[in-house]
Amino acid sequence: MTEQPLNDLVIDDVRVTFDGFVAVDGVSLRVGPGDLRFLIGPNGAGKTTLVDAITGLTPATGSVRFGGRELLGRPVHRIVRLGIGRTFQTATVFENLTVLQNLDIAAGTTRRPHTLLRRRRTVPDEVQRALETTGLTGQRDRAAGTLAHGQKQWLEIGMLLVQNVQLLLLDEPVAGMSHEEREQTGQLLQRVGEDRTVVVIEHDMDFMRAFAASVTVLHAGRVLSEGTVAEVRADPRVQEVYLGETAVA
Amino acid sequence: MTVILSQSFTGVSIGAVLLLIALGLSLTFGQMGVINMAHGEFIMAGAYTVYLLQGPIGSAGVSLLVALPVAFAVAGAMGAALEWLLIRRLYARPLDTLLVTWGVSLMLQQLARDLFGAPNVHTGTPSWLSGRITLIGGDDPLTLAHGRLFILGLALAAVVALTLTLRLTPLGRRIRAVVQHRDLAEASGIATARVDRVTFVLGSGLAGLAGVALTLVGPIGPTMGTNVIIDAFLVVVVGGIGQLRGAVIAAFALGVLQAVMEYSTTVSVARVTVLVAIVAFLQWRPQGIHTLRTRSLA
Amino acid sequence: MTDSSTSKSPTAPARWARWRTPLGYALGALVLFGLAPLVLSDFRLGQLARYLCVAIVAVGISLAWGRGGMLVLGQGLFFGLGGYAMAMHMKLADAGAGQLPDFMLLYGSTDELPWWWQPFSSPVVALAAVLVLPMGLAALIGWSVFRRRVRGAYFAILSQALAAAFAILLIGQQATTGGTNGLTNFQGFFGFSLHDPVNRRTVYFLIAATLLLLMLATRQLFHSRYGELLVAVRDSEERVRFLGYDPALVKLVAYVLSAGMAGVAGALFVPAVGIISPALIGIVPSIQFVIGAAIGGRASVAGAALGAVAVAWAQTTLSEEFPSAWTYFQGGLFVVVVAFLPGGLASLWHLAAARRRQRTEVVTAA
Repeated sequence: MTEQPLNDLVIDDVRVTFDGFVAVDGVSLRVGPGDLRFLIGPNGAGKTTLVDAITGLTPATGSVRFGGRELLGRPVHRIVRLGIGRTFQTATVFENLTVLQNLDIAAGTTRRPHTLLRRRRTVPDEVQRALETTGLTGQRDRAAGTLAHGQKQWLEIGMLLVQNVQLLLLDEPVAGMSHEEREQTGQLLQRVGEDRTVVVIEHDMDFMRAFAASVTVLHAGRVLSEGTVAEVRADPRVQEVYLGETAVA
Repeated sequence: MTVILSQSFTGVSIGAVLLLIALGLSLTFGQMGVINMAHGEFIMAGAYTVYLLQGPIGSAGVSLLVALPVAFAVAGAMGAALEWLLIRRLYARPLDTLLVTWGVSLMLQQLARDLFGAPNVHTGTPSWLSGRITLIGGDDPLTLAHGRLFILGLALAAVVALTLTLRLTPLGRRIRAVVQHRDLAEASGIATARVDRVTFVLGSGLAGLAGVALTLVGPIGPTMGTNVIIDAFLVVVVGGIGQLRGAVIAAFALGVLQAVMEYSTTVSVARVTVLVAIVAFLQWRPQGIHTLRTRSLA
Repeated sequence: MTDSSTSKSPTAPARWARWRTPLGYALGALVLFGLAPLVLSDFRLGQLARYLCVAIVAVGISLAWGRGGMLVLGQGLFFGLGGYAMAMHMKLADAGAGQLPDFMLLYGSTDELPWWWQPFSSPVVALAAVLVLPMGLAALIGWSVFRRRVRGAYFAILSQALAAAFAILLIGQQATTGGTNGLTNFQGFFGFSLHDPVNRRTVYFLIAATLLLLMLATRQLFHSRYGELLVAVRDSEERVRFLGYDPALVKLVAYVLSAGMAGVAGALFVPAVGIISPALIGIVPSIQFVIGAAIGGRASVAGAALGAVAVAWAQTTLSEEFPSAWTYFQGGLFVVVVAFLPGGLASLWHLAAARRRQRTEVVTAA
């Protein structure tokens, strides 16, 4: 379970339409193993929709393959079981359960059914590791609903860690965070990214500059530019789009 | 041939009744997501209104017409009271609203029993509704009761009036705004709480009208609400949330299906078949269960 | 639950909390097996047996609705399936081999046993059917409905409509189901005469034991990982999907189990009360099952069971003397509890406990 080879995410000509409106218009891109990829672009560029399509939330045409296996057409929970996890713009944790219970549930998909009937007696190893990685050990027995905004996001990332996912898709993980929390989240992403592939949708350009390994810029449902932070920033088309929309951050 | 025609007419007239009893429910469910189990008792209140008015007025024909606005007002007032006392406190908890209104319906049934007695009561049929018109003469005639035609007319009139209200009036615009996006409507300065209350009164008033119509096809009794409420809900479920057109189609489709099944089997088997058909339909189209297209899962 | 790993020595209230549940169940067993048979007349004990059957249904409701968030308004359907399965066997056993049940002779419309009655002459088949019919049907309904993400009010209305349809179907088939009268007039229960008070007592003990066992099992389920998962599905089905579970499957298990409990309750109801009829399984009785659980406490096994017994007891005793006032009271209590105390009366206990804990924390902090 631990020494799995990391897989490629290969997106080929993915299209999503809502009642005639084309949200994602033939996006093709490849995210290599171990990458920390930032997905940026102006509002309405199709970033979240693309992630929705990858995770089975929105029907799409084209092809998304992870480790050679086609994702499009599979139900959400089966895609998750292939090792792909995501978070949402608004942190979604089980507010009535404790931090420990949240993580324990996330760790449970690989358990055999009969163990579900037992009570949890000890803290499983992977849960303990996730608590340490996310720095939530002190919050273990608190109800998740009482956590601070940043802590909820970290708990969500922690839930992905115990799921043992290979590919994390994070939708604006630092939105609404304080400067200090952003810094901590970025470090958390780098720790997490050591043995996993991470894709981050982000608006915050400072955050991207500080932590991205590679960047893909989406615009109007298409890939506009791709490369390292420096390459993308130097691309005149990117400057044009961002100057047309809002000032470059 | 005549059999098919006459069964479709039976189906249409069953559908008209279904439409009338479901119309108000469809409105309140679509607008507020509120399941009002006391809707059946509002229908009952409308029916007893006819019964009460027939005494002093005497003429069955006049009292039926007078009963229409009175029943609308009576049921509307009951709706206003229910909304003010309970429902507005429970907006975020649809399942609890369902149970609470069921408790209310239990009490209203008992109230009817205490006021009018447990046995069913009957009202006289107006002379101008007692005849039948003959559509096809001959050995195998196809006739239609005036009462059924009246219900069909009333149902269609109610749909038209409601559609016009929603389309053309400022109230209708507000209602549609709240249905589509409650928070945005509120942010744009619409007093959603007041729109909710007015909608609920309107929906309850429609139940009163349905009650008047039901006196033409069946007895009036304390349990008549329980008997119709499930059918009304099934129409709403099949029609989809907040869809007036869906409710109309669903009511007539279920009516015709019921009529056809009743003709070829028994009444009880027909009802079970209709229900199975609804479950099957939901497999194909679980409407109203909105697909997720938001950026959060809240 | 989780304080076992902390090194602090347990305070007095914590020690008490550990023993509270076992003590509660021991007390319940003492009352059901010792006190009740001692002080109640045979007639009253029979009534208690009836209430306990309702409590078994309520325990299932607390699992499906309290923990799983599925408002099961049609448990009468499963209660009825279990009840009729048992009743058909008892009718056939009363009639003797190769004979028709008495009511069929009375209505005289058939001179041959319908094919779907025939398997029930075997006690093994009948007992299996008590579980298999309700659970199988619940699995079928649940699978088709949960998979399509039909939930909330839609599910509640559908389940209620199914119970209503089952009652209508039974009434329509008078010649083979007894129609409105249902199946009644039973002589024996697996060879034991039901006219013998000793055997009737045994039936009571059987019901009481079943209730306690199912309560313990359900409680264990609440505190298991599955129980936590079920709460998670109730609170955010979509999120659970993104953890790699199939929420439909999680809900299905709770729904099928609750249907099984309703079926067992129905089967035990028949020898205890001596009748099963459409009036006991339609819309109104189906909601009565929920009322007890709601008033007692939907998310608590003991709360739901006690609430069901209390409401059923009040129903029979008070409704005889003050039929009108009782209905207003029941309706009013139901409205007030659901609207303003969603956790039921059991949550009063938890509220008090939370306040006590707060006070002790303040004391220890100072």
